[in-house]
Amino acid sequence: AAMELQPSHGLANRVATLAAGYLCYRRGSPGRGLVLRSLRRARRQDIDDVGHKYYLELVLEDVLDKDSTVNCTAEVLYHLGSKNLAPDVQFTLEGELKNTDEADNVFYNRIRSLEKELVAENIPDSHGNVSPEMEPIRRLAWVASGYIIWQNSTENTKFHLAQIKRVKQVKRSDEYLEFDYMILLHEMVSQEIIPWQMTVLWHPQHGVQVTQDSRQPKHTSG
Amino acid sequence: QVLRIKTRNEEEVKQLQLLESLEHLELDFWINPSAAALPVDVRVPAHNVQAVKAFLESQGIEYSILIEDLQAVLDKEKEDMDYSQQRDRSSSSFNYGTYHTLDDIYAELDHLASEYSSFVSKLQIGESYEKRPLYVLKFSTGGSHRPAIWLDAGIHSREWVTQASAIWIAKKIASDYGKDPSITSLLNQMDIFLLTVSNPDGYVFTHTTNRMWRKTRSKNAGSLCVGVDPNRNWDAGFGGPGASSNPCSDSYRGPSANSEVEVRSVVNFIKNHGNIKAFLTLHSYSQLLMYPYGYKCTQPADYAELNALGRAAASSIRSLYGTTFTVGSICTTIYQASGGSIDWSYDYGIKYSFAFELRDTGRYGFVLPASQIIPTAEETWLGLKKIMEHVRDNPY
Repeated sequence: AAMELQPSHGLANRVATLAAGYLCYRRGSPGRGLVLRSLRRARRQDIDDVGHKYYLELVLEDVLDKDSTVNCTAEVLYHLGSKNLAPDVQFTLEGELKNTDEADNVFYNRIRSLEKELVAENIPDSHGNVSPEMEPIRRLAWVASGYIIWQNSTENTKFHLAQIKRVKQVKRSDEYLEFDYMILLHEMVSQEIIPWQMTVLWHPQHGVQVTQDSRQPKHTSG
Repeated sequence: QVLRIKTRNEEEVKQLQLLESLEHLELDFWINPSAAALPVDVRVPAHNVQAVKAFLESQGIEYSILIEDLQAVLDKEKEDMDYSQQRDRSSSSFNYGTYHTLDDIYAELDHLASEYSSFVSKLQIGESYEKRPLYVLKFSTGGSHRPAIWLDAGIHSREWVTQASAIWIAKKIASDYGKDPSITSLLNQMDIFLLTVSNPDGYVFTHTTNRMWRKTRSKNAGSLCVGVDPNRNWDAGFGGPGASSNPCSDSYRGPSANSEVEVRSVVNFIKNHGNIKAFLTLHSYSQLLMYPYGYKCTQPADYAELNALGRAAASSIRSLYGTTFTVGSICTTIYQASGGSIDWSYDYGIKYSFAFELRDTGRYGFVLPASQIIPTAEETWLGLKKIMEHVRDNPY
């Protein structure tokens, strides 16, 4: 039997944030960033010896076009006991997402035509600025961080990408683009800022992949 | 104009490279011709546009217009930048739409106190760990020891939109007195105390060293880690769940309640004043409007009134730009967290205790673009005003 949760409830919102992160990872690209607009409904079911299952109705927003929203239903299962198993997430989108082939291709071609590998720091900067050339780099990080958030979430965590500290393009001989990111994740419950390294692969026809990631140690004094 | 040229083969690329070599055309290639599959973007001075297009057409090379009139785009951008610098700039040269250093904020406090000296004054309520002054602006049109409203911002230093909003709000209150009926009647009956930077040491640290610093900068005995979470340090369920006992943690509660001078100074001020009727505090981010409790998940006695007032305030906030705030107690809306300021103020007897979490909901988080400062301050002010009006109209 599923119990109704208040959409305003902290726990429901943590689950929704996780689902949105996973979804963004699966469907996002440099030309498309998806962000949680609102949680419409949430139900929870405790399954003996398995874990906690949540049924969500979400509204997602396209970061490139605030007026473009898409409804989504998601099921999230947090496994009992196991700290190392990522939650299972399944989702269904109502309707189609905007086609982003052109934006993706423009970015792809721009990076491929660079003479030197791209390197950048602090995106956004302290004042929240992101230069237009860095917007797709940021969206790519947002999408890739969805993977890390998914892999590391529990019912008691709520992660957001806080900032890209550093990004370095890695030269490749094939058609993929590869970037090595050092990002900062903000975990809302503990309020910790967690540095995380991730290697991200992307190609317009092949989606985003995080091929390697590792949590970094925090500095002690600052 | 800026043209985007789509080459189909090596021959066409060579033609463009030829074009590139013709210096008299003054072409500025934003993307140079290199391989057939890649688009070529080129800025063409107005007087050469016809010639370049004629050349492309004669060679059967496909192109489209990326930017019709680049100068117009640049002029508009400059106009926008000049306009946003002029906005809200009266006799002072303080730009409310950008983030400032501590020194600049402190200078503006002095400026406001001097410009509106008949009812605005600056008080020092204590010193931070690193000996920086803790300044409060007092808004008072007279009387002696009137009932008062307390408002603070920046207790967590990385939440930059809160200090920025607070200084805008200070200016708003000062300039609206005598013009806006609601604020005028409020200040004719009550005082307002506004602490724009509750954690100056942390704030300076976010400018000089670590933009993501949250805590105070006090040294912790026996640890290399610095700082205490000032919003886990109040005497409200201190030591309970939702606060860490690890000095390296960003939610470290400190060795004891009120160990942080930044917290102690506020507590002492409020106790010594004795007539504070509302305690309002600004944080970011998440877009929440919360009332007690955080340290326990049971409802406060005044739950119904606080919830209704919270909803009314959230409604006012939404009326301006559509920004939605979720209303609820700290415990149910985010998580159980002990040692928080509004729990202390409420248990102390200050019924109208609210904590705001301002924009946004995670897209930028702490590094909210400066362009959102003024809209955030404007909408937050409507919510605060709604609460203050209720406090004014419901003396206790």
